[in-house]
Amino acid sequence: MSRGQQPILELHDITKAFGGVEALRGVDFALTAGEIHGLVGENGAGKSTLMKIIAGVHADFSGRFVLDGRETRFRSVRDAHAAGIAMVHQELSVAPDLTVAENVFLGNQPTNRVGLVQWRRMAREAGEQLKRFGIDVDPMSRLGDLPIGLQQLIEIARVLFSGARIIILDEPTSALSPPEVERLFATLKRLRDEGTSIVFISHFIEDILRVSDTVTVFRNGRKVAETAASETSKPALIEAMIGKGREALEETYTHDIMLPPPTDQPVVLNANGLTLAGRLREVSFEARAGEVLGIYGFMGCGQLELARILFGKIKPDLGTLAVAGNQKAFRSTADARRSGIAFVPESRRDMLFLQEPVYKNVSISILDRISSLLLKPSRERAIANRQVEQLRIRPAAVDLDLGMLSGGNQQKVALAKWLSYPPRLLVLCEPTRGMDVGAKNDVIHIVRDLRAKGLAIIVLSTEPETVLSLADRVIVLKRGAVVREFANEQISKDRLLEAA
Amino acid sequence: MTSGESVTVAADRKRPRGLAAMLRSQMRNIAPFLTLICLFSFFAVASPSFATLDNFGNILTQISVTGIIAVGLTFVILCAEIDLSVAAIANVTGIAVAYFTLQESYVNIANVPMPGWAAILLALALCALLGLVNAFGLTVIGIPSFIMTLAMMQIAAGVSALLVRGQIAYKVPPLVTTLGSTSIGGIPWIVIVAALMLLGGHLVLTYTRFGRYVYMVGGNREAAEYSGLNVKLILGSVMVISAVCAGIGGMLGVAHFGSAQQNEFDTYLLDSIAAVVVGGTSLFGGRGGIGNTIVGLFVLGVLNNGLDHVNIDSFLKILIRGLILLAALIINVYAQRLRERAAE
Repeated sequence: MSRGQQPILELHDITKAFGGVEALRGVDFALTAGEIHGLVGENGAGKSTLMKIIAGVHADFSGRFVLDGRETRFRSVRDAHAAGIAMVHQELSVAPDLTVAENVFLGNQPTNRVGLVQWRRMAREAGEQLKRFGIDVDPMSRLGDLPIGLQQLIEIARVLFSGARIIILDEPTSALSPPEVERLFATLKRLRDEGTSIVFISHFIEDILRVSDTVTVFRNGRKVAETAASETSKPALIEAMIGKGREALEETYTHDIMLPPPTDQPVVLNANGLTLAGRLREVSFEARAGEVLGIYGFMGCGQLELARILFGKIKPDLGTLAVAGNQKAFRSTADARRSGIAFVPESRRDMLFLQEPVYKNVSISILDRISSLLLKPSRERAIANRQVEQLRIRPAAVDLDLGMLSGGNQQKVALAKWLSYPPRLLVLCEPTRGMDVGAKNDVIHIVRDLRAKGLAIIVLSTEPETVLSLADRVIVLKRGAVVREFANEQISKDRLLEAA
Repeated sequence: MTSGESVTVAADRKRPRGLAAMLRSQMRNIAPFLTLICLFSFFAVASPSFATLDNFGNILTQISVTGIIAVGLTFVILCAEIDLSVAAIANVTGIAVAYFTLQESYVNIANVPMPGWAAILLALALCALLGLVNAFGLTVIGIPSFIMTLAMMQIAAGVSALLVRGQIAYKVPPLVTTLGSTSIGGIPWIVIVAALMLLGGHLVLTYTRFGRYVYMVGGNREAAEYSGLNVKLILGSVMVISAVCAGIGGMLGVAHFGSAQQNEFDTYLLDSIAAVVVGGTSLFGGRGGIGNTIVGLFVLGVLNNGLDHVNIDSFLKILIRGLILLAALIINVYAQRLRERAAE
């Protein structure tokens, strides 16, 4: 309510329960025209649930929902759309096989009198819209061929230019590079000045502070604070979010650290001249036992491909890999696993079996070590129980379907499946993306424990904080090539961003 | 104590409580069973000759060949693939085993007589080879299984045609004759073989590492690959298993029918796919199993057999079978949707 106007949307005493558990308890929330309203809170604090109520996803809740001064009730997303409310969900929901233009106009393609799609008009208008947003792509190219960051921007652009007057963005910046974030923020501010109301959810508190007028903090299903962004600070917000003292966070938010001197432990992995057409150019590095190598770069710098080459999912066009001195040409991920390499991809959905119980997820990669022809479920459960205990996975029930666990706990399960028989080399892509502060700290401790046990670890991330909090040595990738290595020196977020 | 509490909390949050919700989550398994009970009750009331022990034996015999073929197909469908060549492979394997057996002099086929064991081994090698070709096309070349096995269906039919050249062969090796067309203690051998193969399939899927891999690859192929499983090897294996099961079904089928000729197994393609899917195994992979296939087999068996007992127009019979299959597919997709909603 920074502009002192009448709210266009008011929610009073909203309570929403899933089964027996209340996800939201008596929450009031108001949104005025022409404001950017930042929402912060740990995973599961209730932000997304509240936003889904506003966007018509959850129709079943108690409390009053007042739009333009009139009490309303959306029964579906369609109702919300009709009322001018649109939401960009955390997970990418685009049609990769359609063209950029079709994605921009998804659901309301311009048609002529007989109902045929006006392709030329659609392409022209899509191109213009995207250009306004600073995206210069051929509107007729296939969306799936573009980098993920760009796809996400196009999805956001679609919603931003849909004419909605209330726009909800759930973690829109997680896959974007800094220049892309700048463009997004500029557009958000312009839309705000034109009178659009925007709700912005993010784990990046700097982003929230930079772009929002008002910030609301959620904790455990309750609203715990609402302030003007100009009157608060990152430490204050974090304290409100987690309700603990600040010292708990120091590790995660260290920005100026000294990298240790190089280790003389044996080389576990030697990558030499890895090249992949259009993605990677002569990437060489080595990973040593007992050391965490950070590989940092913006979205689309070739990290994803590099990680997949290390795990045998993609074959490089040129270049060689050696594991513990032996040349390897992996024909499959199974080859890589047998050579002692473990891999956790950046997307949880790609590494977990949500319909299966926790213990089957934990044991899948070690089944050939703990059982021969026949399965040994009791042994699997015992191993899973041990991992659940060590990694503090909650709830601690290995027979529960994995889909019932929260995102952070699922991420831990993804790590757990490699840890019963520690690999030589652990390749982690974006190990803390989308996690709350507590879960992040857990992951950091797990990685440090593994390093202490002598594993070589490679962490690939587009988030400087992740690399800074984990790595002993950092290489920076830029457009598929190594441009800088940091070792045994002072490093900070600024220097990292500068190098990339 | 704390962990115990959080278990219930998490379970409650995601899973709507109560009997209705439990039933909904088990829809995949319950619906086919209800269908079976309904069909059975209907025919038992409609026809006095239906619900007899004798007729039950008939049903068992009638579903045996389908059952043997459906064992392998269950593996394939659990991996979210399909094998359209099972009937054609059954046919060519049945013809091959006759081709390598000495026929009566009036059978005008230029065949290659061999000892019974050699004929059986060669026929098994043939179906395994065709399965390997399917596996190669699917995993190495990357042809979708739907198209690959469609081509194989034609190839196997072509080999059948070349072997018999429009003629009919009657003789198969004694072992095959025994298993296909004789009984022991009043129970037809073919029923016993089908039961053993279904049991074997169930044991493999439930208790072996390979079975677990099949479910995991079907549940989330990407995750299986990122877990370091050899996905291609598993997919290739299920194609070979499917072809060999089809081949065994074909050999026993030929003995059961008493002749080997072209297009003899054409109806078994639809029947075996229907048995797996009607039973509730998910076409999207990862859910279901041999238990479901057995229920599906009985649904089809009761339906086919019962329709004969109520003396219905034989042309209408085909339509009814189609409608029942459609209903099963609707339930299959619907059950998947319910599950996905529950998992959110």
